[in-house]
Amino acid sequence: MAHTPAARIAVNGTYHDYNGDPRRSLLDFLRLELGMTGTKKGCDHGQCGACTVHVNGRRVNSCLSLAVMHDGDEITTIEGIGMPDKLSALQKAFVEHDGYQCGYCTPGQICSAAAMIEELKADWPSALTEGVASNPVPSDDELRERMSGNLCRCGAYDNIIAAIKDAMGKEVAS
Amino acid sequence: MFGTYDRPDQRNMLDQTRQGVIGKPLDRPEGHLKVAGQATYAAEYQRPNCAEGVLVGATISQGRVTAIHRDKVMSMPGVLGVYAADAMLRRAAQGMAAEAPKQDVQIVDFPMQPVALVVAETFEQATAAAKALQIDYEETSDVPFSPKGQETEPGSEPIESGDLEATMAQMAHTIDVTYTTPGHASAAMEPHASIAEWDGDKLTLWGSFQMLRYNVKELADSLGVASRNVKIMSPYVGGGFGSKLGISHDAIAAAVAARDLGRPVRVVLTRQQVFEIIMRRSETEQRVRLGADEKGRLQALGHEAWVSNLPEESFAEPVVQATQFLYAGENRRLAVELARICRVTAGSVRAPGEAVGMQVLEAAMDELACEMQIDPVKLRKRNIPSTVPGDDTPYASRKLAEALDEGAKAFGWDKRAKKPCQRREGEWWIGMGMASAARVNMIMPAQARVTMRADGSVLVQSDQTDIGTGSYAILGQIAAEMLGQPIDRTTVELGDSSLPSGAGSGGSFGAASTGSAVFRACEAIRAVLAGRLKCRPDDLQLQDGKAWAEGIEPRDVTDLLDGDIAKIGRIKPGKTSNSHQQATYGAFFVEVAVNAFTGETRLRRMTGAFGIGRVLNEKTARSQCLGGMVWGIGSALTEELAFDERDGHLVNHDLAEYHVPVHRDIPPMEVIFVEERDPVASPIQAKGVGELGICGAAGAISNAIYNACGVRLRSFPMTPDKVLAELPDPFAK
Amino acid sequence: MKAFDYARAADLPDAVGSDAKLIAGGTNLLDLMKLEVETPDALLDINRIGLDLIEPEGDGLRVGALVTNSDCAADARVRKDWPLLSKAILAGASPQLRNKATTGGNLCQRTRCGYFMDNQSPCNKREPGTGCAAQGGFNRIHAILGTSDACIATYPGDMAVALSALDAQVVIAGRSDSRTVRVRDFHVLPGDAPQHENVLQPGEVITGVTLPAPVEGVQIYRKVRDRASYAFALMSVAAVIRMDQGRIAHAQLAFGSLAHKPWHDPRIEELLKGETPTPALFDKAADLLLEDAKGYGANDFKIPLARRTLAAVLAEATGV
Repeated sequence: MAHTPAARIAVNGTYHDYNGDPRRSLLDFLRLELGMTGTKKGCDHGQCGACTVHVNGRRVNSCLSLAVMHDGDEITTIEGIGMPDKLSALQKAFVEHDGYQCGYCTPGQICSAAAMIEELKADWPSALTEGVASNPVPSDDELRERMSGNLCRCGAYDNIIAAIKDAMGKEVAS
Repeated sequence: MFGTYDRPDQRNMLDQTRQGVIGKPLDRPEGHLKVAGQATYAAEYQRPNCAEGVLVGATISQGRVTAIHRDKVMSMPGVLGVYAADAMLRRAAQGMAAEAPKQDVQIVDFPMQPVALVVAETFEQATAAAKALQIDYEETSDVPFSPKGQETEPGSEPIESGDLEATMAQMAHTIDVTYTTPGHASAAMEPHASIAEWDGDKLTLWGSFQMLRYNVKELADSLGVASRNVKIMSPYVGGGFGSKLGISHDAIAAAVAARDLGRPVRVVLTRQQVFEIIMRRSETEQRVRLGADEKGRLQALGHEAWVSNLPEESFAEPVVQATQFLYAGENRRLAVELARICRVTAGSVRAPGEAVGMQVLEAAMDELACEMQIDPVKLRKRNIPSTVPGDDTPYASRKLAEALDEGAKAFGWDKRAKKPCQRREGEWWIGMGMASAARVNMIMPAQARVTMRADGSVLVQSDQTDIGTGSYAILGQIAAEMLGQPIDRTTVELGDSSLPSGAGSGGSFGAASTGSAVFRACEAIRAVLAGRLKCRPDDLQLQDGKAWAEGIEPRDVTDLLDGDIAKIGRIKPGKTSNSHQQATYGAFFVEVAVNAFTGETRLRRMTGAFGIGRVLNEKTARSQCLGGMVWGIGSALTEELAFDERDGHLVNHDLAEYHVPVHRDIPPMEVIFVEERDPVASPIQAKGVGELGICGAAGAISNAIYNACGVRLRSFPMTPDKVLAELPDPFAK
Repeated sequence: MKAFDYARAADLPDAVGSDAKLIAGGTNLLDLMKLEVETPDALLDINRIGLDLIEPEGDGLRVGALVTNSDCAADARVRKDWPLLSKAILAGASPQLRNKATTGGNLCQRTRCGYFMDNQSPCNKREPGTGCAAQGGFNRIHAILGTSDACIATYPGDMAVALSALDAQVVIAGRSDSRTVRVRDFHVLPGDAPQHENVLQPGEVITGVTLPAPVEGVQIYRKVRDRASYAFALMSVAAVIRMDQGRIAHAQLAFGSLAHKPWHDPRIEELLKGETPTPALFDKAADLLLEDAKGYGANDFKIPLARRTLAAVLAEATGV
């Protein structure tokens, strides 16, 4: 096998060098290599969103990406968003609004929502609207469209949207 | 007596206690772990030197394995072993089997059935080697791939009374319709996973299961070891919905390989395997006959269903389960017929029976209401029987009429157009529909240990699982309420098979059963405390760590404790299970928009009103109902297992093509709980809530589609292809 | 996944002429590699070779091959002058996937045919000569236009449908020189060689897409799907329609998920031009579109669906 270039990957601010099997997905790198199992494997094919992490600030499916391709990238996982003793406002809102049931899709929902909030601030369009910068707390339908890459089989959707809205509202208020 | 529940407990203890936490919408105690990704699921335990196993599926539909070409694969990097042991599972275990399911993976019963396990040092190595493993087969074709036109056998004892045909012939209003529903998948977000580790002859298995008391026996029986040598850890389960009631292929395969290699082995199913090899809900064909007199009273009721399963499986989707007790109609025939076909095992998927039976019954009821030009809510209320038709069993608490009324009022049902095609907004036809909800209720044997520690804090322990249902929350609330401690002084430990056996998570019976066991353990502790306080147990008052009684001054409960008090509470179903018809009831109201051009249906809002007995935690109970309603939306509009009828294989075996609803499919939702206590159901007056939210929901949606655009489909899911075929001219004014 | 060699390209010349499979966003390729539908011996990571800018080119715009779907859809110029492209991209996949998927990669997206994606099934596209299991199988998502006995798969994407309607060009770098191909000619019909999905030759690299000067008119991307979001199209229509004094002055139309390529039929545009929009006219347009349509059982519904969706789009665009 040809020499595979190493990847230096920053995960939640800590650097890790990866020299291993190029087949390893970013998701399995996090879960198996680093033991950071907050990021979940639900389908391994980009169809459920449970593995959502931020790469350089953008939400992506970590299952559909190879670890070796992330040399120089900064990854943020749910562990970097907030741990149990120091939850982010979004995480607290998920607890308060019961924005989960089994909890397996939850880290992905939260990582996705956190990035979505930034996308809204940057006035990114969606299939529903061409621009939302003027509206700091968009409609439920707008949030639902933008969160549709994260499946929840328990059906906590309504509560997830309530949680996100609550967190966004609090951010706007403060 | 061992806790048998023979007489309704009329004391309503939880309404007398003082702590005030029961029923409250408290946050889940494990919530902070879940939102931070720190709740640990089966595959996530860090076991030293853990090898990775991947199951290999058969490339034939039925037959047997004649050779496994191990050598080539064994020489691949990192490969440690290829296993096809006799103990390995051909089929997943049905719920509450408590014994080994079909073993011997030399035989192939259905497409993609596991026939081998490949174990390697890394997941990537094992995956590649599993794909590379060559297997020779001898193919057979004894079992048909499609239920169409196949012979059937009774799936359950038919229920017949009076004369259905003769009564139908005399009725002023009749409906005789046949509906179909497709197969469904549980599709829990966490794929089935096991880590097996042996210590001598003792096995520890970190797995994803719903019912540990049965799963231990299934594991032990499959592996030929004593149950006492098997320990399962399943404290967090990423959804189950029936698919994790029994053990599946990953567990035994991991245990077999771990025993051979002398090191831990992890086996996680791929998402495709979860679809292909665990459990499907059977497709159904259902004929419903309704005969009503001039006043809309049902005199004739026929509900016959045709379902399927693999040969030798006893499970037959109990489609007519709620039809038996929901409505009037003395002259009746209710039956389920079962065809034997070559597709993955059919088994329990959330609300087996009612999930598909109720949506069809409720769609047929809508057809009858339309035929009679009577309000669908009225038709249902007119047909609430006083005793179960046919056998005169009295009902336990039943809040159907209240749910229909409260739901209709909250939703604004009076604004519904009486006829279809009355409301158009741009491209969209708007309509409203409703349906009743019903689901049988039961308790199951359960035990739990409650310890009041010397400092007054409370520990609740059971092997009960929490699959997202809220067990951690409600069991703590029951104990805190009964023992007068703040909720944050209460700890709940679950999902460890070495703890007292809870009922498990299935059939909506976990909360009422294990909750009652916790309640009874607390009663035993209260008896000790009452003895020390020198009052009768039922006179004992406990709140915020204080104990008192009429005429006895409050004192710190810790004064009554000279050490831990640990009690095991038990409950078993008794006479109340048969003396009354027990069920939960409710009503759904929905507003839909149907695109006049494309037939796409989108929900605009949905209301559910439910009577579930005592609400133990308003927040988690509401979430259960919301989840059920989301499943109803999937069942109505998008979910369908597509089997290739030429070879029985599942074509849409992933989450891109099997369409569980996404965020955007979900409208604003409202859940209303009808005030209810049901002492027949359990000593905590609670019933089940995990499944009711589906049972009928899809019927309300199909009825709303009709109300919107006049399209009466009798085939679920109501996808655009089916709707558009019946739509009126979009340009007609 | 089969083992492969991995290397990173430093610049475009590294990539052009390479025998390795190029990987950019990887959202489709890795999906298929995990299924071992794709089994490259070598992967060349082209994420660091530039090509990630959106720049003016004449009166039009050049979108680099490595511009992500998200960036393209969010670009102010695209949204203002070619909103159809933004809308089509946003109708596809999920935000997470659009953050990875690239302009070049999306053009090369492979079909969602369940038999193509399942190694156990005969498939002329995956394994030429083995047959087509979709015919006679579960083919609800399959093509009704331009099919062959060998293959009835569709091109499943959304972006390329808009690009086809807009008459964009694909810019391709080859070993010796560069060339441009209209998006309308980039994808090919299956014929008897469905393993070929586009005109890319071995060693060639897509470097970008050029959008022609903006066209005036209403721009609509209409996608019909089973779920309200995050689902592949049952069919889609991309349309640019300009009205003038109650008549259709100009029309550009393309259709998704009806064929092995984004479907473009200039006869429909000609038919509409100069006409007063009526339901009868829309029907005539659909007659042309569906003249040679052929259903395969489960996908028969796409014929009436295409007719009705085209009518919906034309009605919306013309105010009928």
